[in-house]
Amino acid sequence: MSDRTSSNAYWQANLRIIYICLAIWALVSYGFAIVLRPLIASIPVGGADLGFWFAQQGSILIFIVLIFWYAARMNKLDAEHGVDE
Amino acid sequence: MSQFTLNLLFIGASFALYIGIAIYCRAKSTAEFYAANRGVGPITNGMATAADWMSAASFISMAGLIAFTGYDNSTYLMGWTGGYVLLALLLAPYLRKFGKFTVPEFIGDRFYSPTARIIGVICLLIVSITYVIGQMTGVGVTFSRYLEVSNSTGLWIGAALVFCYAVLGGMKGITYTQVAQYIVLIIAYTIPAIFISLQLTGNFLPQLGLFGTHDASGVAFLTKLNMLVTDLGFSSYTEHHRSTLDMVLFTMALMIGTAGLPHVIIRFFTVPKVSDARKSAGWALVFIALLYTVAPAVGAMARFNLTATMWPGARTGDTYSQPAVSLEEIQTSPELGWMRNWQVTGLLTWEDKNGDGLIQYYNDAATAGPAVEMAAAQGLAGNELTTVNNDIMVLANPEIANLPGWVIAIVAAGGLAAALSTAAGLLLAISGAVSHDLIKGTLRPNISEKGELMAARVSMAASILVATLLGLNPPGFAAQTVALAFGLAASSIFPVLMMGIFSKRVGKEGAIAGMIAGMVSTILYIFAYKGWFFIAGTNMLPDTPDAWLFGISPASFGTIGALINFAVAFAVSAMTQRPPAHVQELVESIRVPRGAGSAVAH
Repeated sequence: MSDRTSSNAYWQANLRIIYICLAIWALVSYGFAIVLRPLIASIPVGGADLGFWFAQQGSILIFIVLIFWYAARMNKLDAEHGVDE
Repeated sequence: MSQFTLNLLFIGASFALYIGIAIYCRAKSTAEFYAANRGVGPITNGMATAADWMSAASFISMAGLIAFTGYDNSTYLMGWTGGYVLLALLLAPYLRKFGKFTVPEFIGDRFYSPTARIIGVICLLIVSITYVIGQMTGVGVTFSRYLEVSNSTGLWIGAALVFCYAVLGGMKGITYTQVAQYIVLIIAYTIPAIFISLQLTGNFLPQLGLFGTHDASGVAFLTKLNMLVTDLGFSSYTEHHRSTLDMVLFTMALMIGTAGLPHVIIRFFTVPKVSDARKSAGWALVFIALLYTVAPAVGAMARFNLTATMWPGARTGDTYSQPAVSLEEIQTSPELGWMRNWQVTGLLTWEDKNGDGLIQYYNDAATAGPAVEMAAAQGLAGNELTTVNNDIMVLANPEIANLPGWVIAIVAAGGLAAALSTAAGLLLAISGAVSHDLIKGTLRPNISEKGELMAARVSMAASILVATLLGLNPPGFAAQTVALAFGLAASSIFPVLMMGIFSKRVGKEGAIAGMIAGMVSTILYIFAYKGWFFIAGTNMLPDTPDAWLFGISPASFGTIGALINFAVAFAVSAMTQRPPAHVQELVESIRVPRGAGSAVAH
């Protein structure tokens, strides 16, 4: 590690990206699929409602998108801060 | 060709493949034995992680858990996948950058304390041993059902096979065998699901079929299923019945428990770069999702098929439009041969309690509704399908849907692949903790590279022996994998790893106090409701929702244990000294990816 201030900026930016990802992660699973399910219950999805779809399909699909988005975003951040491999 | 020959052929072919890989991938150094020389690509590692992760429970039991409960058990689907987001964001890349071989090794170095390392080893051993017993019993059950050998013979055959590729190949052999096992298990899981989805909904993708239309009746499949189960007095499939708080905490315990499982974490030590560790978690979840998005469809459709077998009228019209299936039909009809097959195992039983020659399946605990009226009208003395084991939902699925014999044989090979791949990953985590953390790290630090490789192989062989013996005589705690393994991984391992990476303030006193507080509180809560050491009758409180503290079930307590761990660790750290400078440097260095390649040299 060459310079502490740049690595601090890198770490702060990483934390910001993690917060965004975890907010979405919690929203689709704990939110839409469980706690907020009654709020979106009026949206039908084939014999059930949107919350049920999130609980059994949607949250998993969004988890996948989240990880790949995070990986790509971090590759860019690594390069910007000169800490890539 | 008889079903037995087919089973033998498919299982034999899959075993030959695994042994071939074992011979090809022998480990020649400790770096190969513990971490496959960090040469596994992110997609390959993702596939191996998926097999490592998906155990006998995921393959055999999960669909059944969802089938008989419906929406409320979506917790397993979200919990066992959401943990990978935490792994990718919070643990895997940093632990890969750290560049050592085991999870306790990180705990020991980061918290500059051999004591912390030993506590890490203890947590790892409790978690992994509980977990591995379930896999070994799964191997025994699958063998005895499909190859007509005794349970114990089956177990020894499975143990011998794991011995071949795990002792010879270590992580390297296990990785490539797991890739093969993933392919076998995913084919085995999806083929019957596709057939059944086509039969019921005309949609070949089970994920869409679940939300599609039931062909024979023209109503949405889930609507039809809801009508069917509520007609029989069971609770509705898609509605929320369980405490919301407990559901949230249970999902969280499964997620952080997943992220804290050592046998999953060490898989991310095998990739060449930090960026590969992130990407690899994504690929792992893609391969896991192939099974996990199919599982809810398998569960719902198997529940429908089983119920409609008992009430043939439900296939096309109303539940009670035809009488229930007759005892004579169950005993003689070739289509219902599967019921007789499974009756032998005791997993499915029936009894014509009122002697009317029909077997009526319904919820005799219901207090109102069509099921009560039906029971009164037909003079029933209680539900007559007396046992339906959850596990039947996947294992008997192809037979229930009358699929060809080779599909049944594939499912048998897939069940074995799921159990064996997870067992091998767990055994590697256990033997690594013994040879690397205990022998090399504590007892004999001067052991040579060659000596450590030999110690690793001997620990592996010993772990296999212990796991097999425990699998033959499963102790009471073996049935508590979810509560004990996930609870402890969530309350002890996950928080300490996370604080090790994200805090420079938490030092050894905080980490040790936190781990012990998390572990002890979780174990005590579980024991209070499940009995001391799970011995029946020694529980201090009844294991019912009313008696649980704030309605929190013992299996959900891992989340609370994790919070206790964090709180204690931060409180103790605030009162003790900051970690020394070299540890602060270590934290700085694991936070940036550059330089991960050089960390290979140990």
